[in-house]
Amino acid sequence: MTVSTGSTGGGVEKTDLVTVTIDGVQVSVPKDTLVIRAAEQIGVQIPRFCDHPLLAPVGACRQCLVDVPDAGNGRGFPKPQASCTLPVAEGMVVSTQVTSPVADKAQQGVMELLLINHPLDCPVCDKGGECPLQNQAMSNGRGDSRFSDERNRGVKRTFPKPINLSPTVLLDRERCIVCQRCTRFADEIAGDPFIALVERGAQQQIGIAEDAPFLSYFSGNVIQICPVGALTSEQYRFRSRPFDLVSTPGIAEHDACGSAIRVDHRRGTVLRRQAGNDPAVNEEWISDKDRFAFAYTHGDDRITYPQVRDDDGSLRPASWPEAFTVAARGLAAAKAAGGVGVLTGGRLSAEDAYAYSKLARVALDTNDIDFRARPHSAEEAAFLAASVVLTGPGNGGVTYDDLESAAKVVLVGLEPEDEAAAVFLRLRKSVRAGGTEVVSLAPFTTRGLAKLSARVVPTAPGDEPAALRALAAELDATSVLLVGERMAVVPGALGAAAEVAAASGARLAWVPRRAGDRGALEAGCLPTLLPGGRPVADPQARVDVATAWGVAHLPEAEGRSADAIVEALAAGTLGGLVIAGVDPDDTTDPAATRAAIDAAGFVVALDLRRTEVTDRADVVFPVAPTTDKAGTFVNWEGRVRTWEAALHNPASLPDLRALSGIAEEMARLGEGSPLGFRTVEEARAEMAQLGSWDGVRVEASPTSVESSRTDRGSDDSTGERDDSTVRLATWKQLLDNGSMQDGDKYLKATARTPVALVTPGDFDRYGPTVTLTGDRGSMTLPAEICDDLVEGVVWVPAGSVGNGVLADLASPGAAVTITGAEGVHG
Amino acid sequence: MVDTLTPVLTDLWDAELGWKLATYEERGGYAALDVAFAMSPDDVITAVKDSGLRGRGGAGFPTGMKWSFIPQDNPKPKYLVVNADESEPGTCKDIPLMMGNPHVLVEGVILSSYAIRANKAFIYIRGEVVHVIRRVQAAVAEAYAAGHLGSNIHGSGYDLDVVVHAGAGAYICGEETALLEGLEGRRGQPRLRPPFPAVAGLYASPTVINNVESIASVPAIVKNGAAWFGSMGTEKSKGHGIFSLSGHVQKPGQYEAPLGITLRELLDLAGGVREGHQLKFWTPGGSSTPLFTAEHLDVPLDFEGVAGAGSMLGTRALQIFDETVCVVRAVLRWSEFYKHESCGKCTPCREGTWWLVQALARLESGQGSEEDLDQLLDQCDNILGRAFCALGDGATSPVTSSIQHFREEYLAHLEQGGCPFDPARSTAWSGQEVSA
Repeated sequence: MTVSTGSTGGGVEKTDLVTVTIDGVQVSVPKDTLVIRAAEQIGVQIPRFCDHPLLAPVGACRQCLVDVPDAGNGRGFPKPQASCTLPVAEGMVVSTQVTSPVADKAQQGVMELLLINHPLDCPVCDKGGECPLQNQAMSNGRGDSRFSDERNRGVKRTFPKPINLSPTVLLDRERCIVCQRCTRFADEIAGDPFIALVERGAQQQIGIAEDAPFLSYFSGNVIQICPVGALTSEQYRFRSRPFDLVSTPGIAEHDACGSAIRVDHRRGTVLRRQAGNDPAVNEEWISDKDRFAFAYTHGDDRITYPQVRDDDGSLRPASWPEAFTVAARGLAAAKAAGGVGVLTGGRLSAEDAYAYSKLARVALDTNDIDFRARPHSAEEAAFLAASVVLTGPGNGGVTYDDLESAAKVVLVGLEPEDEAAAVFLRLRKSVRAGGTEVVSLAPFTTRGLAKLSARVVPTAPGDEPAALRALAAELDATSVLLVGERMAVVPGALGAAAEVAAASGARLAWVPRRAGDRGALEAGCLPTLLPGGRPVADPQARVDVATAWGVAHLPEAEGRSADAIVEALAAGTLGGLVIAGVDPDDTTDPAATRAAIDAAGFVVALDLRRTEVTDRADVVFPVAPTTDKAGTFVNWEGRVRTWEAALHNPASLPDLRALSGIAEEMARLGEGSPLGFRTVEEARAEMAQLGSWDGVRVEASPTSVESSRTDRGSDDSTGERDDSTVRLATWKQLLDNGSMQDGDKYLKATARTPVALVTPGDFDRYGPTVTLTGDRGSMTLPAEICDDLVEGVVWVPAGSVGNGVLADLASPGAAVTITGAEGVHG
Repeated sequence: MVDTLTPVLTDLWDAELGWKLATYEERGGYAALDVAFAMSPDDVITAVKDSGLRGRGGAGFPTGMKWSFIPQDNPKPKYLVVNADESEPGTCKDIPLMMGNPHVLVEGVILSSYAIRANKAFIYIRGEVVHVIRRVQAAVAEAYAAGHLGSNIHGSGYDLDVVVHAGAGAYICGEETALLEGLEGRRGQPRLRPPFPAVAGLYASPTVINNVESIASVPAIVKNGAAWFGSMGTEKSKGHGIFSLSGHVQKPGQYEAPLGITLRELLDLAGGVREGHQLKFWTPGGSSTPLFTAEHLDVPLDFEGVAGAGSMLGTRALQIFDETVCVVRAVLRWSEFYKHESCGKCTPCREGTWWLVQALARLESGQGSEEDLDQLLDQCDNILGRAFCALGDGATSPVTSSIQHFREEYLAHLEQGGCPFDPARSTAWSGQEVSA
């Protein structure tokens, strides 16, 4: 299938090495390495503040001064040089503070100056204890200040205490040493230069424009890289001392990027999250959602014990063994009454997904399992089986690094700033370095696309296949196609992507939105795939898995998709449902999903929090959030990232533990086999042993569905477009009403205001407030002009208003009518 | 040694309507254009190189050599930027020059742009001097109307547009890379070098930045030849320059003379120090250059001579202070200026100037001990050569040089518990007090 051409990423570049002498030690480093990093190679840490390896050098703080007696040309610099801006040169001789009294004095002098105006409020400062200024003042500063002694009492510059830069970020200007890390981050990395230096001299400070707060999806990173306590988090301020925190590495659960995070907790409570450092994935940056959205795990609605439906119809607490028994009996009965469907949602760890996958096959004897709690299609399932599953960094799959080296990255149905934040940042890095052109098939130039200097191919929802084919001629092996999960419901889109990629040699990757999607795919939470990408339809694959699992046989027929499960439940052909972390409002047809849950004879729900689904279930199991269990996320690349439990909460168990209990109980009833594992470690071991499918992959079926929209709008049959009918473009913004953002009001306040984007013509016609009406309801929103929005299209955020577009309006891509809102004069 | 004035740039200052195009042309103005257009641009660069003209903005970098650094194979446009952001305390040559003879600057801009093959030039004028901005704008407009600017100048096929840009009032924008930032519409703070402006300057394109006086000197060089220019001045500091005398002299003003003239000679021309007083200290090139005293009266005022005596020629801003002036007070005032004008980018300058003012203020009011002087010197040592640009270095010059020459005076403040001087005596109206 995908073969590494070696054209990108694989080639080993010959690097020119330069040899320099630092403190008498010779070291060879790649050309253009900065002296400050060359020194690290020999174990010398030169103190620094403004320097950051992922930001352009600026040389502002002057803390890293070193003596350079020989610049490599036999002559030295007369003055100490900033090692953070000085590239190495062959034969260069550098003396750092370790060997040079001049450098040492220069550094101590700068440190003393930095402290002149710095308040001595370390005992109440959030940064105290993890503060580069504090630490380096101790390691490279004078023992005492000459500015504050009796004889020489100076007057410090003062400012009123913190001011808000945004709802999440506060600035204490007294503490600021104006190293410009934050402004450079905002400008260079995030592309949101809404903070800047203002005033000058000792009054110089970071500022925002009036009424223009620092609203960036990545604003929290500046708090983390601030080398002093000037930028603090509204959420974390005054909550803890760094030395009381326990830090546990984790993987962000809010998108499919696989970003490394650090979970800082104290006595069983998560107090903050920081970006981890994963150079292959998120480098050192995370989105504000990854950083701030973690309160959802400790709300009042957290389920802490199993529940079963009582005789009087109410849910009552139950012991684990009782819940296992009730669930097993109910499922056994449902199995007899037509079968049980399994809907797993997209938030599971790979181990949990594997447990659902195995439960369905060995205990429920069905392939009716689907992780896709969102609009999907059979074409998508075929695409995932043929082109996505089992691809990964090791076997030619597209990686973050490939995004950086690609000459062209084409985004199809993917808005990275909203849907895959780390992808956005990596693309921006590449674009800024001049390496990559981003092309997007999108209905308009989004803010994110503008920051990527992207070429937008104006594409109405549904027209992507044709647009993609038109683009095919300019693609080659140096191009990458990134296809978003939204393309599942555009007939022919995924097929066209695979076809165009194959024909042009461009590399293809699928970028889902949810953290667990890719892992669930690999684990076989799909009606057509078994774990390890094994096709259900392939007898050899079934034998393979059955042997490994020690069962006689596996169900042979391909199962039902999520939509078909919903349909079958409603029709009564399926008897029961196991459902985990699915919000009906996310599904293809929310009303139908609700009706199906109601219609189901028996429902087992596994969830973190009380939801309308758990309210309708017959048995409810609490499950652990990512902080309470070990797990694995497989990110969009197919890269495997595991984490260990941060908190130890004996009552908080992973899904797989509940499932194994159910399966054991069912086996006791003579229904199927037990799962054979009870812990994450055991599941991991079994998954590793099972391995991946090495047999014949499913062939990509030729694009059988011609791109057409005949079934997408009710009024297309006449061929005439009613003026007031527009096609609905929509996707979820990074920050919206998603339930995993619950509990942090500061983060919520940074979400973008929901508006309907309309063409200038539609704005003139319908005024500043519009009502959109689709087959599921109406939505009234402020309208905003979007200059380059494709004619005949309206865009609304999918999850920012009411119950979301799917529940309240219509399917993405459907025809909706637009009218001026009543009582509002345009 | 030379002993007469050499009015070249200042020649027109006393003419009737000397700033008008007609006056300038009557005296042969804009004739150098045709001389240059008959030469290749490289030959113009060679002529300026041969003349020995060195930058008049203070650093004294050979102008022709700077021009030759412009990579002509770079496909980007080339730019000439004239630094007219004259802000150094004591420096007052470019502003009167642009008032008195703006066309010599415009003509110099055309010649220099032609040499470096730039089709766009910018004159960045200090924002506070609105009258000068207007005058240069008017001169540029006149030059356009007369066909000296625009397309196909004098039928040569050479095109040039000149933009007169008003700064927003910051000393730091006299630093060439901060000037470029300001010109691009950004915050005026110095840029990291390399890349140097010659390679990636304005809009990341090859850019020459020259002082007003340097550019204004070019027409006469083109017209009269390198040898004529080289006949003035000293071996390594050739040509004429404007010496600005201010402070306690009888006739303050701009004296255009060959480089290498001494203060003694200049004082003779200026009628000497204020009547009844003696020279106490002076700056050779503005407040950023270490102070001189009466013992330096015969130091030749060229780049080498002044450097040899421990200071810098700078902008030839000779501020003369007589014995009524308290040097501590003068240095404090200058330090307040640097504190006010520090851009804030780097720590030593931003925080160091803040410290210097507080330390000097205490000393001036007689608080502290002799140890504080050493601490002050140590602090200057921690700023000098540690700052991002030369502004920080300049801020230490008056402090260190004044302690070097007048340590006793500092100590006198401490011994007497205050300043021993009567500031009124140094004013222009001293001795004219009337009792109520």
